[in-house]
This record gives sequence, C-alpha cells and structure tokens, in this order.
Amino acid sequence: MTITEKILAKHAGRKRVAPGDSIWVDVDILMTHDVCGPPTIDIFRREFGQDARVWDPEKLVVLPDHYIFTANHHANRNVRLLREFAADQSLPHFYDVGTPRYKGVCHIALAEEGFNRPGSLLIGTDSHTCTSGAFGLFSTGVGNTDAALIMGTGKIWLKVPETMRFVFDGALPPYLMAKDLILAVIGEIGCDGATYRAMEFDGEAVYSLNMQERMTLTNMAIEAGGKNGVIAPDDVTMAYVRERTDASFEIVRSGQSARFHSEYVYDVSKLEPVVAKPHRPDNRAMVTEVAGTRLDRAYVGSCTGGKLEDFEAAAGIIKGNEVAIDTFIVPATTEIGRALHSTHVDGMSLYDIFEQAGCKLGNASCAACLGGPPDTFGRNMGTEVVISTTNRNFPGRMGSKQASVYLASPLTVAASSLSGVITDPRTVLV
Amino acid sequence: MMEGKAYVVGDAIDTDQIIPAEHLVYSLRRPEERRMYGRFAMSGIPDTGQGLPFGSLPFTRSDAYQSEYTIVIAGSNFGCGSSREHAPFALAEAGGKAVVATSYARIFYRNAVDGGFLVPFESQERVNDRVRTGDIVSIDTKLGLLVNKTTGEEHLLRPLGDVADILRAGNVFEYARQSGLIAT
Ligand code: SF4
Repeated sequence: MTITEKILAKHAGRKRVAPGDSIWVDVDILMTHDVCGPPTIDIFRREFGQDARVWDPEKLVVLPDHYIFTANHHANRNVRLLREFAADQSLPHFYDVGTPRYKGVCHIALAEEGFNRPGSLLIGTDSHTCTSGAFGLFSTGVGNTDAALIMGTGKIWLKVPETMRFVFDGALPPYLMAKDLILAVIGEIGCDGATYRAMEFDGEAVYSLNMQERMTLTNMAIEAGGKNGVIAPDDVTMAYVRERTDASFEIVRSGQSARFHSEYVYDVSKLEPVVAKPHRPDNRAMVTEVAGTRLDRAYVGSCTGGKLEDFEAAAGIIKGNEVAIDTFIVPATTEIGRALHSTHVDGMSLYDIFEQAGCKLGNASCAACLGGPPDTFGRNMGTEVVISTTNRNFPGRMGSKQASVYLASPLTVAASSLSGVITDPRTVLV
Repeated sequence: MMEGKAYVVGDAIDTDQIIPAEHLVYSLRRPEERRMYGRFAMSGIPDTGQGLPFGSLPFTRSDAYQSEYTIVIAGSNFGCGSSREHAPFALAEAGGKAVVATSYARIFYRNAVDGGFLVPFESQERVNDRVRTGDIVSIDTKLGLLVNKTTGEEHLLRPLGDVADILRAGNVFEYARQSGLIAT
C-alpha cells in the first residue's frame, strides 16, 4: 500500500484498503479558523444540541488567521464567536487574537505548534490543509458540515484516493525553490490533474529540502485538485517534530509493492524558474517567456510563500537595494514575524533589510492572499498587476477581479520587486 | 424531476468566483445576513463570463437576494479552489437547486452533497456549450437526462453513484443517523 492507503487503513481499523473504498476514519486533529469555524459551530449545535460537547477538546485546534487586522465588525464578530466557543468548551488549543498565543496562518501554525505528527490523520476546514502532509501524514480540507460531524463524533467518511507519484531527482540549483517545482507540476497536469487523488512527492531533491520548503510542495496539491499531498518522513522531519512535541506517532512509508496511478519524474537541474500567469495556477510560463512584463506590486506572504525560508530567499536579493514597486511583506505566523528580527543576512536583520528597501511590512495573518474586507493589508483594489508568492490567482482572489496576479517563487518575486518588471532571479543572483 | 431556468458559465469557476472572500464574514444562520449569500452568489465571475453565451447577465440582480435561475450549467472543475462551504450554500440561498458540470473539484462536490445544499450532476458532454442562459431545462434524475425545453435538445447525465445515499437521506447527518453512526 502507499503511505496514504496505510494511514487511511489504520484509521479505519482495517488491515487493508484499496483506492475507491469508502471508509469511516478516526480523526486525530481537527483544525478550524475564523471563516469556517463559526458556521461549523452553528451546524454542530444544530445537529448535536445547544449544550453538546466536542468529541475531544485535545484534538480540536482553533486558529483565527484570515480576517484579523480589519475594522469589519462581522469579521471581528467571527473571532469573538470562536473565543466564546473555546471558553465554553474549555479548548486547550485556541490561539486567540490580541494575546501572546496568537499565531497567524493556520497551516504553518499547525507545524510550529507540533500538531503535524507523522502517520496521523488531520482534517481542517481549509483547502490548504493538505500542507500538513509534508510531515508524512494524511491531511485534507473539508467544509463546515463535515467538520461539524467530526466535532461531534471524531469521524469522517472518505474515499480512498489513488496516488500519483512525483519524483524530483538531482540537486536543486540555487535559483530554484520548491515553488518552481510545484508550479511546474501544476502546469503540466492542470488544475484538475490530480482531482480525487493523492500526490506523493519523492526523490533526492525533495529530501534535500527543509520542512518549510516541503510544505510549499504539499500546500499546492489542492491547486491540482489533489485530495492530499504527502512526503514520507525522514530525519529532517523527525528533528522538526521532536523539537515541537512529545506526542507519540508512528512513521509510515509507501511499501515496495505500492501501486501508483501514475509517476512523473523530473530532473531538477533541467528545470527553470516558473510563473503561473493570470488567472489560473496551471497557466504556466517560464520566467524567461514573461520577463519584462510591467508590474504594479509584489507580495511575499501566505502559507505558501510567507515562511522564514521564503523571506531569507527574498532578503538575499533585496538586501542593499530599493524596491521599484509597492512590495508587501507578510509573515505567515508571529513566530516567523519575530524571526524576521532575529535572522540576519551579512549582519543585517531581515526586517531591517526589507524596511530599508522600502517594503511595506504587515502583521502575521492571511492578509491579501484571499482579498478579504476592503481594509485588508495589501489587498488589490483596482487593475493592479501583481507578482506574488501566494498560491491562487483566480479572478478576484487577492481582492479586485480586475487585477492580474502572477504566482512565482520568493526569489522571482524579489528580483521583480527591484526592477518593477518580471525578472529572472538568475540575472540578479551572484 | 426538477425544472428551471439555466444559468451557464465556463470552466474552472473557483469558489472565489462563486462567492468572493470578502462576503464570507456574514453569518450563515441569521436570516438578515444569510440572504447576502444569495445576493452575492456568482458575483466574482468577470462580466464577460456571467451568463454565457451572452455575458454581463448577473446570476442575482443587484437589487435582489434570489436568482431567477435555479439550474447552473458549467464546464470542467466547477468549484475548484477553497474549501468554503459558503459556495454551495450561496448557490442554494439564491434559489439554486442543481449544478450540471462536466467535472467538479472534490471539496465543492462533497460539500454540496454532505450539506444537502444542491445536487451536483455530472454531464457526459459539455452541456454548457449547448445550453444558453435563460433556456428552460428539466432534469430527470431517474433517467439521468437533461432536457432543454427551449431547444428540444437532450443531454445524458452520469449516475450519481456513491453519494446518492447521502442525497436521499438529505445530508450527511441524516445519513450517519440512518447508518447508526450517530444516536438518533
Ligand atoms: S494564507 Fe492564503 S491560502 Fe493560506 S490559509 Fe490563509 S488565505 Fe488560505
């Protein structure tokens, strides 16, 4: 069986499962946030009673992150509803806004707080819940109704997916990042190329990545329609997890006789920096093909491209220069926000590098990645042409449906922010 | 059996086009707020793609909370993007009864079924190239047939398969009760 099949079989209490089987599985962690949490709670109460208790408070993680720094009173009410629910249910894992516990973007927070445990089964009310699969676990996004059923019972029905395998051989050149690899895959198989399937990433280049970069790969599995993205755990995974939790877990890998739906093999030394052109993540072009395209702004942030590694990559290019266009820097989490101050390139903190270059620095949250209320930091309001490290560029995703968004790696975004046109990072990397 | 006016859209209509993220702040429970989902349903689709083949035909008129269209006809990968259940909810709140698409994104399909919002039919051919916005269409679930009453054309639908049991039960809670997973 594949890693995905093994994890699902174990959580269904079966020896074996095969693709296509419909099974009920036990959920180890349920995550929700401020957009989908309140309606999930409404459904939970409607179905299980006003006084119902969640199935296991230890297993429910509540991370407000989407609409945080806004005056919108409906958005603020949603955070308040989470707060009341967390108090009412005595939830130990609520990361409230305005407290030192506040984290920011849920998928990265789950990793940092030690909830991503190899071999486990994690469900979230957010499509990018597939991010957690970087830790060798099964994770997928669901809607409010399914989440409410889990809240009451700890269970969900799933159909066992077939697995597509993506192997990246070779050593990653310094001008490429995980973002280039996943944009190449999505461009090849399309926005629905992995619908109903698992995407397993493998190969020397994948195991050379740190956990942050691995999360970029699994994060965008959903942009190909994938049910989950997964990378088998190794020593790098173990070191990260052990630093963050004492919880027990079990390492699972695809077996010798595992059957895959298909296999794609890439030699990363032959790949080039890639963008997704407006208005689809599978609208792939080589950076060289679109170089020179005029831009209005650059954006570095989100669960895809707002991790410390992403800012280190961007800072390496931006350091000592001034940006030519509005450039927004939004750390995914408060931990990353603090690390911008404590991480240095040639003696200068990342924060100072960005500030002196004229970038606009925001607070940890989803911010303009999904548009949001009109006062959201970095949100598109008109016909802007944007290059962004985020994961979606459908019309209106970052606010205005007249805007055009190019998706790219932090290296490509940083290089472009200095020139104001789409720029190949190879031209500025020394 | 259901019948209604068709609203036709293209491929890869993602959840931000079905209900733009800025509107997700409204309660799905309070009547004075939930009707906003009906008002803004499909409002994220660029003008040229609204109501094919004509364009610039909003799903819900800007002074209304309900759509005059009850059957959405789409191309491939309908509902891709986010996991927001607000998407099928918004279509249902506007009065939508069914979607007919060549294919769906997994989470949208699941949400439509598990929440009991609307029936996601899969068509065997690209019906959205044949039906025009405003045509009267009827769907015969038993026969798996969509009939365009305006033009007389007929189109085959795929069987609902696994999810038919959940649709029949009403939603995943009723289904779970019937299968003994939740105490009744
Ligand atoms: S950063 Fe963007 S993609 Fe990630 S969880 Fe937030 S809104 Fe979703």
